[in-house]
Amino acid sequence: MPDPTQPTETTEALVAPHSLRYTYKRSVGPIMGKFFTALREGRLVGVRRSDGSVMCPPKEYDPETAAALSEMVDLGDSGVVTTWAWVKTPRAKQPLDHAFAYALIQLDGADTPLLHAVDAGSESHMSTGMRVKARWKDERVGHITDIACFEPAEEGA
Amino acid sequence: MRDVAVVSFAQSPHVRREQNRNEVEILMPVVREARERSGIAHDEIDFVCSGSTDYLAGQSFAFVAGLDGIGAWPPVSESHVEMDGAWALYEAWVKIQMGYADTALVYGFGKSSPGDLPEVMALQLDPYVLTPLWPDAVSMAALQARKCLDEGVLTEADMAAVAARDRRHAESNPFAQVKGSADPEALLAEPTLVSPLRKHDCAPISDGAAAVILAADDVARRVCERPAWISGIHHIVEPQDPGLRDLTRSRSTEIAADKAGVGAGTVDVAEIHGPFTHQEILIEKALGLGPDTTVNPSGGALAANPMMTAGLIRIGEAARRIQDGSAGRTVAHATSGPCLQQNLVCVMEGR
Repeated sequence: MPDPTQPTETTEALVAPHSLRYTYKRSVGPIMGKFFTALREGRLVGVRRSDGSVMCPPKEYDPETAAALSEMVDLGDSGVVTTWAWVKTPRAKQPLDHAFAYALIQLDGADTPLLHAVDAGSESHMSTGMRVKARWKDERVGHITDIACFEPAEEGA
Repeated sequence: MRDVAVVSFAQSPHVRREQNRNEVEILMPVVREARERSGIAHDEIDFVCSGSTDYLAGQSFAFVAGLDGIGAWPPVSESHVEMDGAWALYEAWVKIQMGYADTALVYGFGKSSPGDLPEVMALQLDPYVLTPLWPDAVSMAALQARKCLDEGVLTEADMAAVAARDRRHAESNPFAQVKGSADPEALLAEPTLVSPLRKHDCAPISDGAAAVILAADDVARRVCERPAWISGIHHIVEPQDPGLRDLTRSRSTEIAADKAGVGAGTVDVAEIHGPFTHQEILIEKALGLGPDTTVNPSGGALAANPMMTAGLIRIGEAARRIQDGSAGRTVAHATSGPCLQQNLVCVMEGR
C-alpha cells in the first residue's frame, strides 16, 4: 500500500480535455429549419408576420404579438442596405480577410433587414440605400455563411 | 410595497488591465468596504445576489469563485444572474418586496482584459444567424450609430460632446479609468475606428467590481442617516435581432422610465449606462430628462465600463449623491445586450 502523504514515483501529468463548446447538436426548429434548408439550395425565405409583413431571418413567433408563425415567403437574393459599419481591420473569425462592411440588408420582398457582410472594396463605395446582391458559396451546408457575403449590385439587379 | 433603499456602495478603481489580481481578489475588498460602510454585519445579510459572466473567465460556473470570496459559510441564501449587477439588484429588490429578506448584498464583477472583449460580445447574439458572422460589439454599435446619423436623430458633433462632457466629469472621480478630454472639435478630427464610430465614441475596456447593500424599512433607517429610497424600478427587453427593432430610439427605456415614475418629479442627477456616445444620447431622450438634470457626474460608462458591473455602478453613484445630500431625486439606468436591447431604470429619492 503506497503512503498517500508521500510523492509518487510517477512523472506523468494528469491531463483532461477541456472543450469550451456545446458538445451536442440541436434542432433549429420548423421555421429556421426551412430558412437554412433554403440557404443550402441557394435561396432566401422569410416568414409572414401577424400584420402581413415579412420577416427575414424568420422566427417561429411574432416578436410583437407572440403569435406562432407558419407561412414561408420566397425572397430575392438582392436587397437594400439600411445601415452599415465599416470594418477596417477584420478579426480572424470575421467573414472577409480584408476591409468590409457589416450591414443590415432588407431583401427584396422582406420588411425587416438581415445582418451580413458587404464586400465593397472601399468605404467610399458604401452608402445607405445602395443595392447589394448575395455572393453564394459553391459548397453549401445550410448555414448563414452559405452566403459568403453580399456585393454591390446595379440598380434594378 | 415595502420601502427599500440603497444604504451602502463601494467600487474598485477601474483599470484597463488588472495584472496581479483575479476577479475574486478584485471583488473581495469591495464587498468588505460596502459591508463596513453599511454597518450591517455579514450574518445580518439575508440575501446575496451577483451579476457576472462566465464568458469573461472562459469557464462555466466561474461565478461560484466569487461566492467563495464573499464567504458562503455558514450557508447563505444566494442567487446569480448572467447579467449586469443592476439586474441582480432588481432580483434582490423583488426578494425584499416578497418579504423573504430585509437586507441584501448585491455585487457585480468583470475582468475583461484576458480576452478580446468585442469578439467575446458576439457570443451574446443569436447563435444561428448572427454569431457565426462574428459581428463584434463595436461593429454592432456602429450599425446603430449610422442609422441614428442617417435619420438625423443626432450628429457626430453631439456624440463628441457627450464623450468630452463625461470624460471631463470623470476628472473628479477617483475610480474612473479615462479622465479628461480634448475639445469635441479635436475629437472629431481623429480617424474612425469602425466607421462611423471613433475611439472616443466607445467605452474603454475595464477590469473592476462594485457592491451595493440594500435594506428595507426600519433597518435602512437604523443603519443609514439618509438612505437612497428606491421609489421605482423597472426593466424591459426588446427582440434579440437588431433588425427587428427601431434602433433610433430606446423603446424599452421609455416604457421602463414610465413604469418607474421618472417623470413624477424633478431629476437632479441621472447616471446613464451608455457604452457608446450615441447610446447615451438615445437614453437621455428616452428618460425624458430636461436641462436641469446633471447627466453622468461620475463620467458614466465612457469613463469606466467594467462588464456586468457598470450598470450597478450607475445605481451606486446615483444613490451616493442622495446619501451625501447633494441630490434629492436621482435616476440610474443600466443596459444589456447589443444596441441597447435591454434596459433597466431605477428612481431613488431622499426623504
